[in-house]
Amino acid sequence: MQLQHVNIKMFVDGSLDVDPGKFINIFHAWIRDSALDGLLIDVADYRHVPAGPGVMLIGLEGDYNLDNTGDRWGLRYNRKAEVEGNNEDRFRQAIQATATACLLLEETLATEGPLKFSRQEFELCINDRAHAPNTSATLSACQPEIKTFVSQLLGHEDFTIDHDPAPRGLFRLTIKSAKPFDLAKLV
Amino acid sequence: MKTSNEIWKDRLNRKLPPQLAEEIDTFETEIELRRQGKMDEVIFAETRLRRGAYGQRYDNGQRHDGKETRTLAYDTNKNTKGVNTVWDAPGMLRIKIPYGGMNIEQLEVIAELAEEYSDGIGHITTRQDFQLHFIHIDDTPTIMRRLAAVNITTREACGNSVRNITGCPYAGVCPDEKFDITPYADALTHFLLGHPDAQNFGRKVKPSFSGCAQHACGLAAMHDLAYTAETRMVDGKEQRGFCFVVGGGLGAVPFQAKVFDEFLPMEEMLPIAQAIAKVFSRHGEKKNRSKARMKFLVKQWGIDKFKEEVLAERAKLQHDPRWTEFISRVEDNVEKPLKPPSDLPSIIIGEKLNQWIKTNVRPQRQPGYSTVTVALPLGDLTADQLRSLTDILREFTTGTIRTTVEQNFVIRWISNSDIPAVYDALSRAGIGSAGACNILDIVTCPGTDTCKLGISSSRGLSAQLRKQLDEKCFKLDEAIQNLHVKVSGCFNSCGQHHIADIGFYGVNRTVNGFQVPHFQVVLGGQWENNAGSYGMPIIAIASKRIPDALDRITNYYLRLRETDESFLTFIKRIGKAAIRQELHSLTQNAPTYEQDPTYYTDWSDPREYSTGDIGRGECAGEVVSAYQFAMTDAERMVFEAQIHLDENDAQNAGNEAYAAMLKSAKAIVQMKYDDVSNDADEIVEEFRERYYDTKLFFDPFAGGKFASYFFAAHDNASQAYTEESARHTIEEAQLFVEAIHACYNRLRQEGLS
Ligand code: SF4
Repeated sequence: MQLQHVNIKMFVDGSLDVDPGKFINIFHAWIRDSALDGLLIDVADYRHVPAGPGVMLIGLEGDYNLDNTGDRWGLRYNRKAEVEGNNEDRFRQAIQATATACLLLEETLATEGPLKFSRQEFELCINDRAHAPNTSATLSACQPEIKTFVSQLLGHEDFTIDHDPAPRGLFRLTIKSAKPFDLAKLV
Repeated sequence: MKTSNEIWKDRLNRKLPPQLAEEIDTFETEIELRRQGKMDEVIFAETRLRRGAYGQRYDNGQRHDGKETRTLAYDTNKNTKGVNTVWDAPGMLRIKIPYGGMNIEQLEVIAELAEEYSDGIGHITTRQDFQLHFIHIDDTPTIMRRLAAVNITTREACGNSVRNITGCPYAGVCPDEKFDITPYADALTHFLLGHPDAQNFGRKVKPSFSGCAQHACGLAAMHDLAYTAETRMVDGKEQRGFCFVVGGGLGAVPFQAKVFDEFLPMEEMLPIAQAIAKVFSRHGEKKNRSKARMKFLVKQWGIDKFKEEVLAERAKLQHDPRWTEFISRVEDNVEKPLKPPSDLPSIIIGEKLNQWIKTNVRPQRQPGYSTVTVALPLGDLTADQLRSLTDILREFTTGTIRTTVEQNFVIRWISNSDIPAVYDALSRAGIGSAGACNILDIVTCPGTDTCKLGISSSRGLSAQLRKQLDEKCFKLDEAIQNLHVKVSGCFNSCGQHHIADIGFYGVNRTVNGFQVPHFQVVLGGQWENNAGSYGMPIIAIASKRIPDALDRITNYYLRLRETDESFLTFIKRIGKAAIRQELHSLTQNAPTYEQDPTYYTDWSDPREYSTGDIGRGECAGEVVSAYQFAMTDAERMVFEAQIHLDENDAQNAGNEAYAAMLKSAKAIVQMKYDDVSNDADEIVEEFRERYYDTKLFFDPFAGGKFASYFFAAHDNASQAYTEESARHTIEEAQLFVEAIHACYNRLRQEGLS
């Protein structure tokens, strides 16, 4: 099973105490400074949509957004372009991109926010229903691979993986670690 | 960009109607041909437009980042997908939703597509379409296949074709309609889609259907072809037909449609449309896009000659059985309720629910049922919200819904006792806002967010106005609550600012040497009576001061209105000059850049508003102030022309508008040739030589269109103006003055002035 178009959401720890409007400025600056890998194109403001994608940084290979889907704030990375290699490479690419952006945001907002992302929980989803329909068959097929990847990533096995079975939704897993992980080590 | 495109092709192609599958395969081949450079970029661009795949801002690979214009690092080895259009640059896909009618399956597919290929948002347009943004051209065939699998096409959603046919969202359930227009709109949609006689237009054709003349649902007056339901008695039997009008349109210069037939029998609906398509293909302008809409042909010929030509064409048409086949089927797909009729609970608890019922719920013609409007901020909703909506449709209806030109949804056939439960379900999904179709429900085009032509951030402004109004909307006087506000990012009027009570459209101005986003305030438009009258711009105000402007206008109305006086009547009575005066101070005392740099940015966008670093060269000081002085005069003259028109003095109105054009042309000529005299011929000649022939005046998108208004006004300088021709000259003068501003700004940026 080819798991392309990996999507990672790192949740904000606690409530979001920063005005989401600030992210518009930050994302524009990131475009100007080419602050992240890949081509960054534009910023889209969806703050007016309840429980929506919030503020988006549109890229060519992937988008980043201060996301409020499910009424829960976090930083989402959505990989749009193909990632060559195997599924582990794809998970790793998405995790690295997300963690890099999270750390940069934490640093940028250190004095004003502060903003802190959770070190114990994140979401992994596959944004492609053809590759990964949200079924128990997909779960059985890819769970071992994901488990192996997460245990390597965290360096322990003390974590849970919850599958959201909503039949019309994307294939979506929430990973909770019993011990905090070091975001910098995910980069 | 997606790696699953082949999977979808294998999975769906066998399931699609063969013709649709073939069309999409052909488009995929055309994409490949263009990728390999075997198809001309201009032809490919029109091909993709006719498939609904539209360009988006920055797709030329250039973007101003607030400091300078930078090249976006796209792969330059790839071919373009149109002139100056980078292959990998994200684009928009417009999805046609005829008369806004949708079912559950279709909503669910759009939710999936928004999530997988776009930015997670489904956007409803002012023509009842859906739009998905940030789409990669390589993914478009797959998206089209997934849409085709649920009977949706993007074909002819853009380009020079028959666009989405709009229709009342209340059709079939409205207490005021003559009859349900749905099957007729459906018949015209299917008849014209891909019709060989409708493939050779110089510009787009927009049709609409209305169930009645008095409400706004079909906005008949602003359409190329508009059908308003009518009945008449013949030999004691009711006969159905339409009051049929043609040649209306908004855009830069708006035209009210003209009556083609007070009663067009339904048997003639399709053949007359076909005959019009043939006449428009043959005689409509093809070279000059700015004169190519049907409204210009109707204006040039007059409605009598237009009708004569169409009827002559109609007489020559070979009979087509489809012209009348649909008539026997008009009752076939009438929507039915899921639940029996019932009464609304006699006591409704909760302020929010009561507010929502007041603004979002309307009784149907059928006792015991109501329609519910789902008010969407800026026409946007998420994939999750789309799915929640389908859950609501499953639980309370037989599974249909309509999009609206106000960028909302209307759910029909809600049994009245279910209304509180529907509200609860919508609220849980985050789409239970009250205020449908009132001042809070601001209609807006994409503007600078994604549109290549946008001048100011219409969505940014609308979001800000919503935020401001949200806190106080229901405490405002009822007269204010009921106003319609519409915002366009430029003069093209996709946000329909001409037919709002209070409209805004984006323009730019130079203040203290910097470009500053502005909006023209448009007053005098009418939404009701099928877009009964068009407003005109009265003053340009900096974007950041528009919220104050809205407050001032509404407070002024409240202060001075007579009992029950409508806003439109108030504007007419009080006069635009007085309102302009009320707003005038908002154009004064701009802060310096150092005092408030945010004044020099647009809403939701921290970048300094500019397309290049603007120098403030001292050597140009004197000329600049002379220019600005003259342009201020020109703007005042356009405004005074409006006042003349309001006073029924068409001749002075036309003359003054023409004089304003001369004034502004002279102002820019003086930038290069200070000695130009006041002689009109000399000004025109100098302008033509220095700015038109050199193309310095040419807008990147509109080319020399606005100069042609000036030349035509000069050629006809001795004409006798009618009310209509004076109105058009005023609109054109306004646009010409704006274009001079834009030209001046461009030249300053390029250091050419
Ligand atoms: S009105 Fe102007 S900015 Fe708005 S969508 Fe139309 S062309 Fe674009």
